[in-house]
Amino acid sequence: MTSMQFGIFTVGDVTPDPTTGTTPTEGERIQAMLSYALKAEEVGLDVFATGEHHNPPFVPSSPTTMLGWIAAKTKRLLLTTTTTLITTNDPVKIAEDFAMLQHVSGGRVDLTLGRGNTGPVYPWFGKDIRDGIELAVENYALLRQLWREPVVNWSGKHRTPLQGYTSTPAPLDGVPPFVWHGSIRSPQIAEQAAYYGDGFFHNNIFWNKEHTEQMVKLYRQRFAHYGHGTPEQAIVGLGGQVYMAETKAQAMKEFRPYFDVAPVYGHGPSLEDFSEMTPLTVGTPEEVIERTLGFRDYAGDYQRQLFLIDHAGLPQEAVLEQIEILGTEVVPVLRQEFDRLRAPGVPDAPTHAALLAAAGATHAETHVERDDVDTAAAIAKDF
Amino acid sequence: MRIAVITAGLSEPSSTRLLADRLEKATTEALHERGAAVETTTIEVRTLAHDVVDLLLTRVASPELSLARTNVQDADALIIVTPTFSMSYSGLFKSFIDVLEEGSLAGMPVLLAATGGTARHSMVLDTSLRPLLSYLKALTLPTAVYASAEDWGSPGLDVRIERAGRELADLLIALPSRHRSDPFDTTSSGFVDFESLLGES
Repeated sequence: MTSMQFGIFTVGDVTPDPTTGTTPTEGERIQAMLSYALKAEEVGLDVFATGEHHNPPFVPSSPTTMLGWIAAKTKRLLLTTTTTLITTNDPVKIAEDFAMLQHVSGGRVDLTLGRGNTGPVYPWFGKDIRDGIELAVENYALLRQLWREPVVNWSGKHRTPLQGYTSTPAPLDGVPPFVWHGSIRSPQIAEQAAYYGDGFFHNNIFWNKEHTEQMVKLYRQRFAHYGHGTPEQAIVGLGGQVYMAETKAQAMKEFRPYFDVAPVYGHGPSLEDFSEMTPLTVGTPEEVIERTLGFRDYAGDYQRQLFLIDHAGLPQEAVLEQIEILGTEVVPVLRQEFDRLRAPGVPDAPTHAALLAAAGATHAETHVERDDVDTAAAIAKDF
Repeated sequence: MRIAVITAGLSEPSSTRLLADRLEKATTEALHERGAAVETTTIEVRTLAHDVVDLLLTRVASPELSLARTNVQDADALIIVTPTFSMSYSGLFKSFIDVLEEGSLAGMPVLLAATGGTARHSMVLDTSLRPLLSYLKALTLPTAVYASAEDWGSPGLDVRIERAGRELADLLIALPSRHRSDPFDTTSSGFVDFESLLGES
């Protein structure tokens, strides 16, 4: 049982390396991302996460395809998304894709739902960005039903009604993948995560940490309000962004050319100011450990920590080295220190095995369940 | 009563700041005459210029800019003074307005003022500044004050400043105290619980 999970999350941007002027091809970038996942398992990290994007310069448009390949090449790595677009994807397809990935990976999968912030993606997929919250609410309610009820009859505002629909395959062992809800600053999403007793993930990068604090605080408060436990028992995941070298000066020197022209925050504040105002840490492994332990001060004891280490055109060798440092020098200390600091009664990070055990324990009193383990069994129930 | 003064002059010292200070003084005195306690804070947009641009480019706010935004949204009234550039408010002033949280000026009493080289630009108050603040759902005072270069040698400016200060004081006394809606505060009208969200979709 792992009390806390550590891993990496990738945005999947194809960005020129500003120090050489070379831009990887989409193929090279995809292969590099796959190599990061394998490296993460090799050095003992727990989680690999990919974003989902439908516009250049990003490559990961099809997360479950990528994660399926990684599942086949790994033994214990947990695969997830940051985030899966609950707004523009059909929840029916999300239900199918992730249930399939559960089976393929032997239960090593969960997912983080997000709304996406690229305006044109909505109309490209037949939606309207102004409906973002509404889509997240309606689509997720349907997704839950598809994973929990063998036969679904449903109608809503944003997709065609379903009559007699059975999502296949059924979730592995009848237990749906754990769901995190990710949002930078929409209180409605913290509220949604709390209502269902799901996890809440804050990307905790690029923005002032006050947003993380405000969202996590609301989520914890409302998690308790909806009767899922105490605020401290809510399931929280955080991101973070790091670049490490033997000395702080060396790390700053190596990262600065990437920082200065990076997508999202380049041409803005200085590296020093940005490191002060956001959780970005450029320095020694010890400094990363100290800063990361400090996330507890504003988020409380939490269950998952993901690091962004591969964007802004950083070359593959540099990223692999960052993963190596994370696995060998940073995460072992973080595991030990977080375990030492954790208050009693804080739940462990969610896994399929734990959810399965919990489902077994409450099975007798559960009314809405998807206990069929295959489609034939689900359909047979109707006869 | 908390009054925030936003002054967007570019030079130091600036006539825009001079006008802002006089409007602040006139308003404070008028409120004192009406028995109200006043707390004022002045935001020099010039000192926040780089922070404003950084926020526009990266969405990351410096501590100084965060404080300025808080002071604006928590105020009971605003006094806004901008120089006139190319038939409008200055770009820096507009950029500062652009980084305020959406809805933070709704229902806020605002005294509008501008400075310019000649009186021929005085319509900027009603053609640029007032529509902007109306869009932001602020309560703009009927009297707005424009000061051109020659006004600094004319007794008419005093009269307009005092009248504007009295109007803002009267409005503040008459209005119920301002409750800001906070979507993160479960006791606020701005908070939406999940049952309501489910009902809406």
